Amino acid sequence: MSATVRLASKPVKALDDRLTIGKLAKDNLRKVFPDHWSFLLGEIALYSFIVLLLSGVFLTLFFKPSMVEVVYQGSYLPLRGVPMSEAYASTLDISFDVRGGLLMRQVHHWSALIFVAAMTVHMFRVFFTGAFRRPREINWSIGGVLLLMGLAAGFTGYSLPDDLLSGTGLRIIEGIILSIPIVGTYLSFLIFGGNYPGEDIISRLYIAHVLLVPGLILALITAHLLIVWYQKHTQWQGPGRTEQNVVGYPLFPIYTAKAGGFFFVVSGVIVLMSALIQVNPVWFWGPYDPSQVSAGTQPDWYIGWLDGMLRVMPAWEFVIGGYTLSLNVMIPSLIMPGVLTVLLLAYPAIERFATGDDREHHLLDRPRNNPTRTGIGVMAIVFYGLLWLSGGNDFVATIFQVPVNYITTFMRVALFVLPPLAFIVTRRIAIALQRRDMERVEHGRETGIIRMTTEGEFYEEHAPIDRYEAYALTAHARPKIIEPGPEFDENGVKNPSYRKGKRQARLNRFYWDNTVDKPTVDELHHEVEEAEHETLEHLEHEALPSGAHNPTESTRHR
Amino acid sequence: MTTHSSEVEPVGQGGDPLPDPGMPPHTPRLTDSDPKAAKRAERQVSVMFGIATLGSIGFVAAYLAFPLIEGDLDRLQLSNLLLGLTLGASLFLIGLGAIQWAKKLMPDVEMVQERHPLESSKEDAQAAIAAFEAGTEESGFGRRTLIRNSLLGALALLPLPIVFILGDMGPLNPNPAKVRASTIWAKGTRVVNDVTFEPIRPEDMEVGQLVNALPATYEEIPEEQGAERLTARAFASVILIRMELDEFVIEPGREDWHIDGILCYSKICTHVGCPISLYEQQTHNMLCPCHQSTFALADNGKVVFGPARRPLPQLALEVDAEGYLAAQGDFPQPVGPSYWERAKFENGERI
Repeated sequence: MSATVRLASKPVKALDDRLTIGKLAKDNLRKVFPDHWSFLLGEIALYSFIVLLLSGVFLTLFFKPSMVEVVYQGSYLPLRGVPMSEAYASTLDISFDVRGGLLMRQVHHWSALIFVAAMTVHMFRVFFTGAFRRPREINWSIGGVLLLMGLAAGFTGYSLPDDLLSGTGLRIIEGIILSIPIVGTYLSFLIFGGNYPGEDIISRLYIAHVLLVPGLILALITAHLLIVWYQKHTQWQGPGRTEQNVVGYPLFPIYTAKAGGFFFVVSGVIVLMSALIQVNPVWFWGPYDPSQVSAGTQPDWYIGWLDGMLRVMPAWEFVIGGYTLSLNVMIPSLIMPGVLTVLLLAYPAIERFATGDDREHHLLDRPRNNPTRTGIGVMAIVFYGLLWLSGGNDFVATIFQVPVNYITTFMRVALFVLPPLAFIVTRRIAIALQRRDMERVEHGRETGIIRMTTEGEFYEEHAPIDRYEAYALTAHARPKIIEPGPEFDENGVKNPSYRKGKRQARLNRFYWDNTVDKPTVDELHHEVEEAEHETLEHLEHEALPSGAHNPTESTRHR
Repeated sequence: MTTHSSEVEPVGQGGDPLPDPGMPPHTPRLTDSDPKAAKRAERQVSVMFGIATLGSIGFVAAYLAFPLIEGDLDRLQLSNLLLGLTLGASLFLIGLGAIQWAKKLMPDVEMVQERHPLESSKEDAQAAIAAFEAGTEESGFGRRTLIRNSLLGALALLPLPIVFILGDMGPLNPNPAKVRASTIWAKGTRVVNDVTFEPIRPEDMEVGQLVNALPATYEEIPEEQGAERLTARAFASVILIRMELDEFVIEPGREDWHIDGILCYSKICTHVGCPISLYEQQTHNMLCPCHQSTFALADNGKVVFGPARRPLPQLALEVDAEGYLAAQGDFPQPVGPSYWERAKFENGERI
């Protein structure tokens, strides 16, 4: 027994006597987690959230969420004597009069930007690998809500300093609330505590930002991680990895060191960024004034797509029976985000309906092996990217020296044309990659050796790939084709679920359209034999003996 | 596991064409076979941890050695840089060291663990259903429908108090739709520069000049009423523009709203309320920097581009007895973003 173990034994025993931690530790200390770089993306989100909580607590020690007007007397001379809200004045104090305050503000802002970015990329990893399939649909939904909560946390925080940028953001929110039919005007007065901007909104956003939203995020993250723990992590398909096992390294000590270390790396990078890269210098913008705005007003990156939608939306506003319906604001800021959220949360169910696949999955799909899903994912990215660019259309205009009107008009068309195009192209690329995989399995790898037959025909020699790679390339599940079955049974009774079955079959056909199926055992043997046969044929005609390589292992690519 | 309906059948021959060869053989690392390499890795890790220790000490040193100086931005940047670099390096190297330790010196042989089926065993599931049924039976929830229905009714109305208790979050009387329909502009209110608060004579303005302005009554709101002042600015901000008389067109009914080519428009965008602020001098168009709605000041504030639907409201001008620009009254329409009841307040009607 080593000294460390002996030292720990007494308190561990005491804890065990009271909480039975022995059983818990026995089951979990050596719990295995699979290893892959893409599994780190969710960890980045988790760690940046921890950094957010820590830096946020520091900021609350100094921040005053009050809109009471004060005259600034702090250390930043250009704003001395300027009337401003206490919130803005205390933000300036944090930046200029608290040692490390500016650093913590920048840490908080950078980690917020990274938090949402990491969640987004993590979501795409889960999407493209099919990790959301049964049994992980619940965790997909929790993740989707977490992403929305991340946006809410970010936006409420962005609004707190009460500088010119954050106030402009709030004014846009007011315009959005006003566009809600029937109750919008009342809702706006309730939220702002009277006519815009009132003097309540900062303290109300504050409690949402420091308690409600982070509390909810923390609870959802806990559930998210407990479910990952309980269901065990997914793993890539490959030799030795099955649906019934999990291959990887133990929690203790490997992941304790690796994941614990990664927390320090992520927080270290955030702090270094905050030391070196300035973010949101609120003293430049000045206090909020509803009659002022700075050109090139930009929200934080994760709000950009919503702002972009507001920018490219045509001016559809109607007065019906004396009441105004502002579709130009409602559609981009309320209806579309709602529709997209529902689609995001519903995707696992949609795919389950299309594939008829309700089996448990613990092995991940390579994106190419599900070309339609991959196409849908890229389509979503292109759609999002175009909206995001629209959110910066004034910057795009300045950079490329094009009138901003052209860019907006282009986006109005591109948003409908480019995403479907991206879908088609991506699906074709995925199918092509599948074909290449199957060619490697059936004909082997290219050796780079070019041979000439006695007839003068050139061909490249192929060598079989090793069995581990060959297995990894063929371990994925086959697509399942759904048939609706007969409309009437043998007694002439109509099948009640025939229509649903037909719809499902149609979607299924679209889903697996042109997807390459892996060969069967017989097909594979046949292919390999044929290839070997052809090689032998060539060898018989060759003028010179083959040389260094082993002729029986090489095949010819047809 | 669920059973699949018969219509779900695999294409062709099911199963994998190749057998699972099992885990590939483990390749030992250099640190596994060469004690020198292992020693080197150990040194690397401890150097990283060592520098991390120095980072923490450096942070304290920088904190104490470089206090912030009033008005000195360079000192602030220096303090931020040093505190961030030392703390960041300390955190980063602790992490890097731990990862290097795990990767080079801890075993890298992959372990295999079994997954357990996620669904309950048949016995457990049946026992759970039995327990639920017994509980339901004992409660009488299904039999005593009067209790059930009255409970549902009580629960259905419970949200009402929760909604109504929020009613005083903002004043709803007088009607918000009416409150936000008017600004502090009134008959005879002078137009003043929004920086100097000086009143403006028509002859002070040159052709092509643009002035951001406010009602003179804004200044009368006491300084300590910050919220009222902001609200006044959020609704009453205007822009004054002077054009040649032949440069702009006038809608019928607005013939006497300008003074020698000086026109006055609301500065608040009719889309979602940003202050419009980018002026194109050649076209006399005004662009909102938030979402690029563009308004033609030479054509009654009409929208020429962008997501805004309605023209900028125009304020009718007059010259008061002392020769200064003043308003003929409030705006004929509510300013700013559209809202549900807005049309009721068109053409100066106020309920």
